[in-house]
Amino acid sequence: MALNKAVKAFESILPQFLVVLILVAITLSVLDTTTISRCLGTKSGIFGVLAASLVGAITLIPGFIAFPAAAALLRNGAGATQIAAFVSSLMMVGVVTLPMEIKHFGKRAALMRNIFAFGFSMLAALFVGWVVRL
Amino acid sequence: MKERQSKPGAKRYLGAIIAGAAFLIFILAFPAYREQSLSMMTYQAKTMLLVIPPIFVLLGLLDIWVPREKMIKYMGKDSGLKGPVLAFLLGSFAAGPLYGAFPVAAVLMKKGASLFNIMIFIGAWSTTKIPMLLFEMSALGKRFALSRLAINIAGIAIIAWAMASALGKEEIEKIHKNIESLE
Repeated sequence: MALNKAVKAFESILPQFLVVLILVAITLSVLDTTTISRCLGTKSGIFGVLAASLVGAITLIPGFIAFPAAAALLRNGAGATQIAAFVSSLMMVGVVTLPMEIKHFGKRAALMRNIFAFGFSMLAALFVGWVVRL
Repeated sequence: MKERQSKPGAKRYLGAIIAGAAFLIFILAFPAYREQSLSMMTYQAKTMLLVIPPIFVLLGLLDIWVPREKMIKYMGKDSGLKGPVLAFLLGSFAAGPLYGAFPVAAVLMKKGASLFNIMIFIGAWSTTKIPMLLFEMSALGKRFALSRLAINIAGIAIIAWAMASALGKEEIEKIHKNIESLE
């Protein structure tokens, strides 16, 4: 019974799941680490923060890969604010997973959540950058 | 058992078929990206296939074991402070990427959890997971991780509140209906 429900629930999101898989494969092959680190330099300022949030929003990288990568970028001269923006929007915003989110919550709510989360991740980044500099 | 209200098979997979075709065109047009995108695809497919089945089995069990009245009492509209706290803890103890949260949220909502509490749950799942926090502290430093955690807790509540008020009663009702029709 439980297994039956599980299989059915899985099949019901399978189409969205496949779309997400393909979108991830394309975006992550174009946005490799060199491209990302170029966007996030210390001197990149507010544009760097914006770029970092955008990159974080459209990529889907698991934390256990993203954190060491972010640490390496920090050591190589990326700003803490930019890195915080990247990490925050990476976790809270999911552009490629939008099809799945829309399926569950509808277009309006899904877009709204992602836009709020995007704006918030930049604010959070400014806060984290400020605390780290204290 | 209720009849499925979704579209017939071929139509449901139309998006996936279009994306598949686009992917083929992409790797044919840009052979330089072929290797990386293919290895990325197998890697992501592996993670997703590892993460998703356990979540769905748990969901099946949750669906059967937890009665609706209990869910309404603990995570419904009138659950008071219990709801958000429980939603936050549930999300923080979860494992797996954000897309794993949506089907869980759907089942919780179908059982009577309120949209506000669901948004808290999704927020917590996305960003305050405890194992990830420990990992973040060791990779990026305590100061970085803890200040991010602090602002995130505030942010999760603010986003959930903003969503619930911006969507309004009717829209929330529609979301509930849509989720109930999802199977």
